[in-house]
Amino acid sequence: MQTSFNIHHLYFLLNGMAWTLALSLIAFIGGGIAGFAVALCRVSPVAAVRWSATAYVQLVQGIPLLILMFMTYFGLSIAGWTLSALVAAGIAMTIYVSAYLGEIWRGCIEAVARTQWEAAECLALSRTQRMRLVILPQALRIATPPTVGFMVQIVKNTSLASIVGFVELARAGQVVNNSIFQPFLVYIIVATFYFALCYPLSAWSTRLERRLQVGQPAPLFA
Amino acid sequence: MSTVVELRDVHKRFGANSVLKGVSFEVSKGQVIAIIGRSGSGKSTALRCIDRLEIVDRGEIIVCGHRVHSPDINLRKLRTDVGIVFQSYNLFPHLTVEQNIMLAPCAAKRLSKADAKAICERVLRQVGLAEKSQAYPEQLSGGQQQRVAIARSLAMEPQVMLFDEVTSALDPQLTGEVLKVIEELAATGMTMVLVTHEMAFAAKVADVVIFMHEGRVWETGSGAMLTNPQTTELQFFIGHAL
Repeated sequence: MQTSFNIHHLYFLLNGMAWTLALSLIAFIGGGIAGFAVALCRVSPVAAVRWSATAYVQLVQGIPLLILMFMTYFGLSIAGWTLSALVAAGIAMTIYVSAYLGEIWRGCIEAVARTQWEAAECLALSRTQRMRLVILPQALRIATPPTVGFMVQIVKNTSLASIVGFVELARAGQVVNNSIFQPFLVYIIVATFYFALCYPLSAWSTRLERRLQVGQPAPLFA
Repeated sequence: MSTVVELRDVHKRFGANSVLKGVSFEVSKGQVIAIIGRSGSGKSTALRCIDRLEIVDRGEIIVCGHRVHSPDINLRKLRTDVGIVFQSYNLFPHLTVEQNIMLAPCAAKRLSKADAKAICERVLRQVGLAEKSQAYPEQLSGGQQQRVAIARSLAMEPQVMLFDEVTSALDPQLTGEVLKVIEELAATGMTMVLVTHEMAFAAKVADVVIFMHEGRVWETGSGAMLTNPQTTELQFFIGHAL
C-alpha cells in the first residue's frame, strides 16, 4: 500500500538532518584539531616534518572522499576492526577535512607578513612564542572566512556517508522515497534542509570576509 | 670606552650579488654612528648582520660580547641586548600599543605584568605617547607608529639600538617628530647605529659618520666630514643627496 508524505516522514528526515549535523561537527572538530597539527607541520623549521605533512596532504587530496569512506568502513572491518557506520564515516571525514583545513590554515599562517616574524624575532621571543603570540592571532583573523566557507563543503560532503549505510539526511531521503516513491517531493525537501544548513554558513563567511577587508590596517611596506 | 659592536672584515653575498666586501667598524659604548650611502651600498645589510637577521659569509661580528658570526650563538640573548627599529615599523596590528610594548618584556624576559607596565609607561613617556597606550597601531599616524616601535625596542632595555632607515616612509613633518625622539635618546647616552638618508640629522647627532659605497666603508669621519668630503664618491653622493 502506498502512503503519501506525512509527519512521520518529515520527522524521519529531520532526524537524518540531525545526524548530518552531528557528522559535520565530528568532521569539523576532529578535522580541525588534526588540520591544525598539519598546518603547523607544514611550516615547521624541520624539513622532514614539512615533507611528511606535505606528503600526507597530497595523498589525502588525491583520494576521493568516497574511497576514504570505503577504506575506513569496509577496509578496516576486514583488517579486524568492525566500526559502526558513524565511526567509520567520522574517521574518513576527519582525515579528509584535516588535509584541506591544514592547507587552508598553512596559507593563512604564511599570509602573515614576514616582517612580523622578523619583528618578533628581534624582540627575543622564542619560535613558539612568536607563533603563539604574534603569528597565530593574525592568521586566525585571516583564516576565519575561508574556514567557515569550507564548513559548507563539510556539510555537503557528509552525504557521501549514506553510501556506507549511515542514515544521515541523504540516506534518510532515500529511505523515505523508497517507501512512498515521490522522488521529486522528497528530494526537494532534502535539498531544502541541506540549504537551510549551508546558507547561514556561507552568508556568515561572506560577512566575515567583508568585515576583514574593512578592518584591515593600512598596507605596510615590504 | 668599551666596544659594544665590532665588525671585522665582514663579507656577505646574495646569490651572485656581493653586498658586503670586507666591512669593518667599531661602535663604542655611548657612541652614535650614522651609516650613509646610496641604495644598494650595503648599509642596511651591514645593520641587519649586527642583529643576525642576515648571516655573514666571512668575517667576524662581536656585539656586547656575543659572537654573532658563530653558528652556535644564543640568538635570544643577542636580541635581548640589541634593539632594532625598521622602516616599516612592524608593530603587531592585533595588539594595543601597551600590549605591543609589554609583550616581549613579559614573554622573553619573564617580567611581571606590573614591572612590564611600569617600563611601558616610562618608554611611552620617553617617546611622547603616554596617552596612546590603549590605541591600536592602525589608529596612529606613521610617525606615532614609529615612535611606538622605538618604545617597544627600548622596553627590552637593550645595550645598543639599531635604526634601519626609520624615517624613510614618513613625510617631513612626521620625520621631524621621530628624529626628535632619536636625538633625545642619543642624549641619554644610548649606543646607537643609524642607517639614514637624513644627512643634516646624521651630521648633527652622530659622533661618527660612515659613508658606505659598493659594499665597503668608503669614508669615515665626524659630522664635519659631510661638509668637507675627501673622496669623490662622497662628494658626488652629497651633491646629489642635498
